[in-house]
Amino acid sequence: MPLSQGPAANARPDALRLDGVGFSYGRHGVLDDVSLRVEPGEFVALAGPNGSGKSTLVRVALGLAPPQGGEVRLFGEPPDRLEDRWRVGYVPQRAVVVDQLPATVEEVVASGCVARRGWARRPAAADRARVERALDVVALADRRRTPIVELSGGQQQRVFIARALASEPELLVLDEPIAGVDAESQERFRHAVVTRCRSEGVAVLLVSHELGAVADDLDRVIVLRGGTVVFDAPPSDLTAEGVSLGIHRHDLPVWLEGPG
Amino acid sequence: MSLPLPWPFEREYMQLALASGVAVGACAPLIGTFLVQKRLSLMGDGVGHMAFAGVAAGLLMGVSPLWMALVVAVAGAMTIEWLRLRRRASGDLALAVFFYTGIAGGVVLTGLAGSLNSGVLTYLFGSVLTVSPGDAFGICVLGVAILAVLAVTWRALFAVAMDEEAARVAGLPVDALSLGLAALTAVTVVAAMRVVGVLLVAALMVLPVGSAQRLARSFGATLRWAAAIGLGSVIVGLTLARAAALAPGGTIVLVAAAMFTVTAAVDLGRRRARPH
Repeated sequence: MPLSQGPAANARPDALRLDGVGFSYGRHGVLDDVSLRVEPGEFVALAGPNGSGKSTLVRVALGLAPPQGGEVRLFGEPPDRLEDRWRVGYVPQRAVVVDQLPATVEEVVASGCVARRGWARRPAAADRARVERALDVVALADRRRTPIVELSGGQQQRVFIARALASEPELLVLDEPIAGVDAESQERFRHAVVTRCRSEGVAVLLVSHELGAVADDLDRVIVLRGGTVVFDAPPSDLTAEGVSLGIHRHDLPVWLEGPG
Repeated sequence: MSLPLPWPFEREYMQLALASGVAVGACAPLIGTFLVQKRLSLMGDGVGHMAFAGVAAGLLMGVSPLWMALVVAVAGAMTIEWLRLRRRASGDLALAVFFYTGIAGGVVLTGLAGSLNSGVLTYLFGSVLTVSPGDAFGICVLGVAILAVLAVTWRALFAVAMDEEAARVAGLPVDALSLGLAALTAVTVVAAMRVVGVLLVAALMVLPVGSAQRLARSFGATLRWAAAIGLGSVIVGLTLARAAALAPGGTIVLVAAAMFTVTAAVDLGRRRARPH
């Protein structure tokens, strides 16, 4: 299977780069010699069957878990040395729905700006403008004062995407953001991500089984199986494998679960 | 020296009780709001039991029980939070271990110090009507310090309480903020010890928050309602205690519990009335 060959020299460092990364929980190996990169402005999907190590890869890439081998670089820096962490936006797989206490859409989105301005500072006009833009992108500006628990699952997911966008990151990592989300929210999601990617040069790493909604927008698809990268190429190359991302939306999951 | 306040606060001892109660009544629910959000509602209870061990140790060693309680509670609370952050123990298990160790240590130390003396009871059940001017001043200073820290950090604490991992990725100092909140919890518990007692400290941290979340539609409003209900519970509780010669700590908490029942009933009625 083809593995992408990047340009030898690039003026800007990759937004995300993993070189020969290994990770295990005790004796259970999860990632084995994983190398991949996401360039600025690139829209890359990471797919793989359940248990293939996708979520662990995301945790290692974001610096939430240290790799046991190899190197991780965010904008050319090790994750724990990157000073401007706001350059990375993250939408967790099961974003915590605030069911304990009421919090409005606006409060949750604004919490995404706290790190960028400095945690002890009061929000300035620029922060409010960022929150406003993030709310507009996910089309939830008119629900700003609604408690997030009163929204549908898809709308809540959009709130968490807006929270990640609120710091105006240069790399956006989304872990299964459209699983079980209604069609309208999928389309809003696509619009939000593609706009950031194409017009502002934001690098996007989307972890998902369901790539149908974004099939036409992807630059590359990386497939992880058994903790190793088995495919890294433009989606058109998947067609050569007889796998469709677009019309037959179930093809990719079926192919992923098939024999390696 | 007493201020010209109307009944029931015309006497100096009631004014000292009011000053201490107001400081604790506002701070405890504010801290409690973040604990509830982090699903650590029982943190106040666990820290209270450790503070009890500190009081007993202070009485045994002949040093200030309040200061010993502060040292033990801050150290214990930060250790619990450190264990939770390192995933060495789940939040509730870590709490349980410290909870029982604290109370058992307190009982053993009290036994060593002699029979269960009235000094210990003062801290177990609170004794706000016997607060000295020095104690009241100390409690108010702690209250102002807690409010000042929260005024600066509440937005970051909210981001961490809502989603620790996302906050960490964004670059917030999650460990420092979490340990700071644990230390603030311990300071609040020690400040509240003389007002409602270690056994009821957690009630004042959690019950007003339970009421506030049914009245508010935002996190900011939850904080404001929780503080207002905490203050209301202290003022009404002290008034009832004076009028009917009741134990003030217990009365304050019973008022908070009554407010919780009323807000729960109002909320239930509102939900039923709302068209589906």
